[in-house]
Amino acid sequence: MPNSKSAYSFSNKKEKFDTHIIVVWVDNEAGVLARVVGLFSGRGYNIESLAVAQVDEKLKISRITIVTTGTPQVVNQIKLQLRKLVPVHKVADFKREDKAVIFKEMALFKIVGPNNKLEGALKACKKYNPVLLDKTKKSNVIQITALRREIDKMSKDLKKFGLVSVSRTGAVAMTRGADIFK
Amino acid sequence: MSKLYSGAEIVFKCMEDQNVDHIFGYPGGAVLPIYDELQNFKSIKHVLVRHEQGAGHAAEGYARSSGKPGVILVTSGPGATNVVTALTDAYMDSIPLVCISGQVPTHLIGTDAFQECDTTGITRPCTKHNWLVKDINDLAETIHKAFEVATTGRPGPVLVDIPKDIQFQKTKYKKPKKEKKLNGKSHNHFNQNSIDQLIDLMSKSSKPIFYTGGGVINSGPRASELLRELVYATGFPITSTLQGLGSFPGDDNQFLGMLGMHGTYEANNAMHDCDLMINIGARFDDRITGKIDEFSPNSKKVHIDIDPSSINKNVKVDLAIVGDVKTVLSSTLKSLKQKKSKFLKSNKQKTSKWWEKIQKWRSVRSLDYIGSEETIKPQYAIERLYELTKDKDSYITTEVGQHQMWAAQHYKFNKPNRWMTSGGLGTMGYGLPAAVGVQVAHPKKLVIDIAGEASVLMTIQEMSTAVQYNLPIKIFILNNQYMGMVRQWQELLHDKNYSESYTAALPDFVKLAEAYNCVGIRAKTPEELDDKIIEMLNTDRPVIFDCMVDKVENCFPMIPSGKPHNQMILGPKDQENKKITGKGKSLV
Repeated sequence: MPNSKSAYSFSNKKEKFDTHIIVVWVDNEAGVLARVVGLFSGRGYNIESLAVAQVDEKLKISRITIVTTGTPQVVNQIKLQLRKLVPVHKVADFKREDKAVIFKEMALFKIVGPNNKLEGALKACKKYNPVLLDKTKKSNVIQITALRREIDKMSKDLKKFGLVSVSRTGAVAMTRGADIFK
Repeated sequence: MSKLYSGAEIVFKCMEDQNVDHIFGYPGGAVLPIYDELQNFKSIKHVLVRHEQGAGHAAEGYARSSGKPGVILVTSGPGATNVVTALTDAYMDSIPLVCISGQVPTHLIGTDAFQECDTTGITRPCTKHNWLVKDINDLAETIHKAFEVATTGRPGPVLVDIPKDIQFQKTKYKKPKKEKKLNGKSHNHFNQNSIDQLIDLMSKSSKPIFYTGGGVINSGPRASELLRELVYATGFPITSTLQGLGSFPGDDNQFLGMLGMHGTYEANNAMHDCDLMINIGARFDDRITGKIDEFSPNSKKVHIDIDPSSINKNVKVDLAIVGDVKTVLSSTLKSLKQKKSKFLKSNKQKTSKWWEKIQKWRSVRSLDYIGSEETIKPQYAIERLYELTKDKDSYITTEVGQHQMWAAQHYKFNKPNRWMTSGGLGTMGYGLPAAVGVQVAHPKKLVIDIAGEASVLMTIQEMSTAVQYNLPIKIFILNNQYMGMVRQWQELLHDKNYSESYTAALPDFVKLAEAYNCVGIRAKTPEELDDKIIEMLNTDRPVIFDCMVDKVENCFPMIPSGKPHNQMILGPKDQENKKITGKGKSLV
């Protein structure tokens, strides 16, 4: 979505793109995800990953975490446009580099092969808190939680151990310390 | 135990409590229960249109001329899809509409039932919000909420989709809540500090300009009064967007005319050269700014808008005041009177050079055109129409194209809510149904649709509506047999390759009028024009006026594609020297 919204401007200058994590609190009602996602596609914004689930059963509030890229102006527009949606309660945004925020993705890897390969795979995952969710003589299902680029790397590295299937979530985020998102 | 009402009854009870007196609609299978109840609610009058798009534009005309939300009632499937253009139009121009659509019964949703479509899915990007009501107990609350969303904050269209079984089910009726909870979507929280900054900027400026838009109109008639007060108190020049026309008197000396692509030379040059631009209720649209990186390069920019997402969207501003125009203006005036009671006096000297410059631009007389004694020049037709109607408090709607720009340039508006035109979406076929809506809201007033022959054919069927309800609208067609604006762009950008922009088989509009059982009038020469216009004005029935104008007249002045404000094409002679080349060709 590099171009400006004005039909009159050609983007001559290459503006800097930042990766932002946008957290949106919404009423968990029919079609709400379509509204949020439709706003992104309709206005030409980018979605790198998306995670959504209800977080408050009583108030029926869902929390959507969106990883997006854009110039500062575009990111600002994304926030302002999101706030205009009727079921949106709150929008928070921070840069990926932000040290005050933790964000994590989860991945499931299925490895099929002889025992030594299965062991090797588990070992390779050691840095990312691997959990062995399923084990047979011929296969493993390993769960890890890590950063996007770490999971990207593992998806490549595990190929040699017999990786046959990858399933992964979008990023979720939480502030460090006692603070919460405002 | 309180009385139980059917869903259909609840729809009308909600409308009663929302003070709705007219709805525009078209019946069909999925809204029959609602139509069945219509007769039991005498205070609500239904206007039967001939196509659902017409219902939408009529509701827009009604809303824009009355300040009340327009209400539409359509059936499922094609009824809903036909209204999508009007909803999008209202969304772009911030017009409050409430559209009630029927839907197939809940148990059939998702089965590709007859006349089923995903109405809330289709209308999601072109409404402020929409609802599919799946539980009768939610119906009243939802409709009240719909009116609230449509009319608060930046106004816009909403849609409530009601399955047929819900229309039959019964429940208790809930009145609207007195206390308005706005879910944080209404923004009026500017502080005094911003107002002080604004006044500071105003007192320092030697080349100021007010740039006002549709937000002033949307904020209500009081906003226009306050705007006039502020403009007179400051002595600053003022220009307006297409949508803002009428909020300040068009014949006042401080008014520089409309700005933008077909704005006046003085307005655009003043925008380019100013040192302080005060945007009130406008949105830096691309028709206004021209080439964005050369837009008003040396000015401080202030933006007053109710929608936070309008701020810094296209143009970065130095001071943003998020709030309702009326409230912001009233605070500004109050502070101005307290702090700088002699503002006008102290400022006159400071801005005198600026006014001299403006007078110089004015003397170019950019709206002038080459007259003719043989053929009616379209600009001349509008001028005569204006002269002959200016004492009548008339309401003008338009279609989209050259005639629309000529109307904006040559018809002078003195009051808000008198000018209804499709700006953001640029919907051909808007003006005729909009005129129907305006006439419904103002039965005794003169309502004229300044039209082009191509646009008007897109919704001509609504003449039948006008005749049915004795709405004496006047359809004033500037007939040049071309899609004029398309032809003009082809001339300027595509080497006069007039691809498909000529309509070879136009109807005889006089006979067409007779077929609809209204009155047809034709004017062919400048000589007979006045008499024919007077004949039209004296006719107390709907009129189609076929004004045969110069076929190849272009609309000037014009900022060509990809150019900044200070490089306008002034007229036919200028056109050759300022050819549009390179990247400018690819723009819209």
